[in-house]
Amino acid sequence: MNREITVNVCMGTGGIAAGGEQVMKALKQEFEAAGIKNAKIMENCKLHKVGCRGFCARDVLVDVTIDGETSTYQYIEEKMVKRLVQDHVVGGKPITEWLVGDDYHTFHEKQTKIVLHDLGKIDPESIDEYLGVDGYKAAQKVVAEMTPEEVIKTIKDSGLRGRGGGGFPAGVKWAFCAANESDQRYIICNADEGDPGAFMDRSVIEGNPHAVIEGMIIGAYAIGSSLGYVYIRAEYPLAVDRLHTALNAARERGYLGEKLFGTDFNFDIKVKLGAGAFVCGEETALIASIEGERGMPRAKPPFPANKGLWGKPTIINNVETFANVPPIINKGADWFASIGSEKSKGTKVIALTGKIRNTGLIEIPMGMTLKEIIYDIGGGIEGDKLFKAVQTGGPSGGCIPQQYIDLPVHYEGLQSVGSMMGSGGMVVLDETDCMVAIAKFFLTFTQEESCGKCVPCRIGTKRLLEILTRITEGEGRKGDIELLQQLAEDVRDSSLCGLGMSAPNPVISTIKYFRHEYEAHINQKKCPSKTCNKLLTFFIREHQCVGCGMCIRACAVNAITGEKKQPHHIDQDKCIKCGSCFDACKFNAVLKE
Amino acid sequence: MEKQMEEVLESIYQKSVAHGDNIITVLQNMQNELGYIQEEAVYWYSKRANIPASQFYGVATFYSQFHLNPRGKNIITVCSGTVCHVKGAQRIVSKLKEELKLKDKEQTTKDMNFTLENVNCVGACSIAPVVIVNEKVFGKQSPDKMVKNIKPYKE
Amino acid sequence: MITLTIDNKTVEVVKGSTVLEAAKKLKIDIPTLCYDSRMKPHGACRLCIVEIEGMRRPVTSCTTPAEQGMAVTTTSAHLERLRKTTVELLLSDHPNDCMVCIRAGSCTLQELAYKYGIRENRFGGAMRDHNRVDENPFIMREQNKCVLCGLCVRVCEEVQGVSAIGYAGRGFEAKICSPFEHDLNCEFCGQCVSVCPTGALSAKMWAGHPRHEGVELTETTCTYCGCGCNITLHSLGNEITRVSSRTDNHNRGWLCVKGRFGYEFINSEDRLTTPLIRREKGGALEPASWEEAISLVVDKFSAIKEKHGADALGGLASARCTNEENYMFQKLFRSAIGTNNVDHCARY
Repeated sequence: MNREITVNVCMGTGGIAAGGEQVMKALKQEFEAAGIKNAKIMENCKLHKVGCRGFCARDVLVDVTIDGETSTYQYIEEKMVKRLVQDHVVGGKPITEWLVGDDYHTFHEKQTKIVLHDLGKIDPESIDEYLGVDGYKAAQKVVAEMTPEEVIKTIKDSGLRGRGGGGFPAGVKWAFCAANESDQRYIICNADEGDPGAFMDRSVIEGNPHAVIEGMIIGAYAIGSSLGYVYIRAEYPLAVDRLHTALNAARERGYLGEKLFGTDFNFDIKVKLGAGAFVCGEETALIASIEGERGMPRAKPPFPANKGLWGKPTIINNVETFANVPPIINKGADWFASIGSEKSKGTKVIALTGKIRNTGLIEIPMGMTLKEIIYDIGGGIEGDKLFKAVQTGGPSGGCIPQQYIDLPVHYEGLQSVGSMMGSGGMVVLDETDCMVAIAKFFLTFTQEESCGKCVPCRIGTKRLLEILTRITEGEGRKGDIELLQQLAEDVRDSSLCGLGMSAPNPVISTIKYFRHEYEAHINQKKCPSKTCNKLLTFFIREHQCVGCGMCIRACAVNAITGEKKQPHHIDQDKCIKCGSCFDACKFNAVLKE
Repeated sequence: MEKQMEEVLESIYQKSVAHGDNIITVLQNMQNELGYIQEEAVYWYSKRANIPASQFYGVATFYSQFHLNPRGKNIITVCSGTVCHVKGAQRIVSKLKEELKLKDKEQTTKDMNFTLENVNCVGACSIAPVVIVNEKVFGKQSPDKMVKNIKPYKE
Repeated sequence: MITLTIDNKTVEVVKGSTVLEAAKKLKIDIPTLCYDSRMKPHGACRLCIVEIEGMRRPVTSCTTPAEQGMAVTTTSAHLERLRKTTVELLLSDHPNDCMVCIRAGSCTLQELAYKYGIRENRFGGAMRDHNRVDENPFIMREQNKCVLCGLCVRVCEEVQGVSAIGYAGRGFEAKICSPFEHDLNCEFCGQCVSVCPTGALSAKMWAGHPRHEGVELTETTCTYCGCGCNITLHSLGNEITRVSSRTDNHNRGWLCVKGRFGYEFINSEDRLTTPLIRREKGGALEPASWEEAISLVVDKFSAIKEKHGADALGGLASARCTNEENYMFQKLFRSAIGTNNVDHCARY
């Protein structure tokens, strides 16, 4: 009985939060307890730590592979491990009711994976496993066999565009930078992923950090840089750890440091931890931050490619852009250019979240329609609710309504409807989401994250937020919609950096497509989605109230009265419309209208 | 200034000279060692490194990671990303504030046991709403679940 | 040299000039608030925005380098709309108390509000509350009037090399203050006061004195040291009410604490206005004419020289004198008195 057994446990941030570590520990114990050691299977049995495979909603995901046959389990908890090992590993019978269903497979089948290809398959803490999937081959080829011009040409020909938001052609940017006379040039990987609802950079670094390092080596060689930086959020401790592990391993093997691959090319990478400022995702603010200053953006031109970090020509690309580089070198520009649409080549990693069945990290060929993403990969809307809109591009993007469900997802497509790709966040909203409240949410975010340097962003976003707030609270005035539109356009057109330029997008796009919701708030003082508490009235349906007293305890202002086991009542004069009773009621007796 | 603090700061200084650390890294080290950014420490360091104190203050008040006041023993961080928001993060915050008896803008409990904070999206949207207590991540939370989850930290 | 066109006029500037500098050469007026030619551009107020052919959106002329063949437009309906909104936004977070503001009449923001005819503001809303009493002896801070142009921070860092103040916080609550928001404790050169475009920074000693009405301006030279900074005295009758300095002077408008704030002695009751002579041993000092006083000094000096020789005399000159005065002083000692015993206080 010499079977080859591999057990894969999903250990991304999602996996760990769902109890991945405990599952891992239990697995080790159960293997030992089951006496599998005596059967001498342990040598072949690997307990893998793998990175995110994108389907975090089903965590903890565990793959059990016996002699090449894989069964994938979902929602595994510590207490389930014993039976798993007993029945499946020892008894040879997979536990069918715990296995993932068809949706797990369609979730993956519809995707095209370049960046995420090896995520969830290789141990991100082992450089050997990365080498096993042709890791560092592209870097070796570039440094040992190609000229910088050839590398830049390959990237240009591939059509790779920056995946961080702007979508500027990466090869063109590299060429600009390389064209500057300078004794030093810098290459920076922007891993300061701060968009609410985006986690692709974190997942890629947690799951395959070497791919990013290799992409940076290739970029550094192309522009002639000997020092690179990864600017990463300190709030991503696991990603930071894995990045350091990977950098050290790469240094030990001679992929970083001096005389790379036996040539005269020297290159090393330093890690800088972001200190919590969304605006530092903006190139010039990021540079200021690496220089140790307040992350206040600087005016462009001059662009960083000409005058960047410490005044030297600098390239800044994001995690996903760099992770695309090694495959392009390995498989050729033509291969990459054959994927995607005419102007947007390759794939895009998307964090698919919100009111959707299958949330998670996905990678799609550019040009796939919203419908395919939401219904085929995402499995449709959660619960029995109706689809309302999809928010793309984070706080810089916009909301796309139902009528554009067949819209192809690529840079041009999203821009044509007033949204943008951004870093690839996609939040699906259903009928219970109020669009005015969504715009307000994003403005709350951008307003808090404004650095305060330029006037339109500093005061303009504050005023936008104030107007939105009064609308959601029933204080909206006639003319507020027009005022919002005018101010939004002015902030967009006169702000200093990308944050201010794009901050009004959520306002502009929600007014464009959901003007009627704004009007309902202002004219009828109603929130059609029943989200804005101040516009609602809470009351208790007597026939459904069992008199349990939960709502009485939840109410902070003592507005609810009623005897035990008798229907309760809300005093509307006292009610502050906080919604606590609605949340507290387990019998659906509290109604809001 | 206490001798011990001076030694800590001197070692941060020596490290910064060796590695070419910038102000942000120095403040990060300072906060790791001292718990929060102390005025006395900033002035001492400013004199030692010949960097104006205004630069330290500017950086420390710009980045949300830095704290100018002592923080509680346990840090509860509620993610305020889009998905956590639409899935009710704000209700968790309200409930926790009530539970910890924090008023208005107060973040730290009087007994210095808890500090309640918001953090920008931690990118764990699939398991929203997310709350992090110290380093432990709690996914798919509700106000009531969270009240239970912080119980063990109350001792 | 670089040639570009601004509003269809051609101009030639040296490489490295900004679009704003090129426009100034053509005497085209572009509104600014955070710009000062003596310091690095900041690009924060967004008033100097211009349209440049080939660029997708307006850019700030103060930060954009002029390039060969550039075609720049400095005014259009769109640009003016954006500028007006910016001024309106600033005013929506500004205590509009111009009537009692020390800067009224010399305030850039007031001038802009006038230029754009902002009588009613479309934007209301919350205002910052950053005002606090700063107990320092010289500088009056009214932080609610701060427009965050950053000129004071830049002058303190770039010109004065002190960095006593800096930015703090971010977003709407961003402000300018000293570390940990203590009272100012700097050298009080007042350079920040001189560059502030609004009433956020002024001198405590200006308060209550007339701002413009009846005030006479006199160009003169500061007497505090040999630098000879050019200053402008603001006076009402015989009273000095303020000292400023024009930026087109050799000292470029920069002054120190003494030159800027040390003028109260002029109207001091204790100030000597005539020479005093003690005519009798143990007697009181009595007013005398300059002629009498100088003759007395000449007589005594001559007597000493005759009795003890010229080397019994020595002269120590003051750093407050100009070069020319110091030259005359040593000449007096070397040629007229005949000794090399002459020195200068700045040597000690």
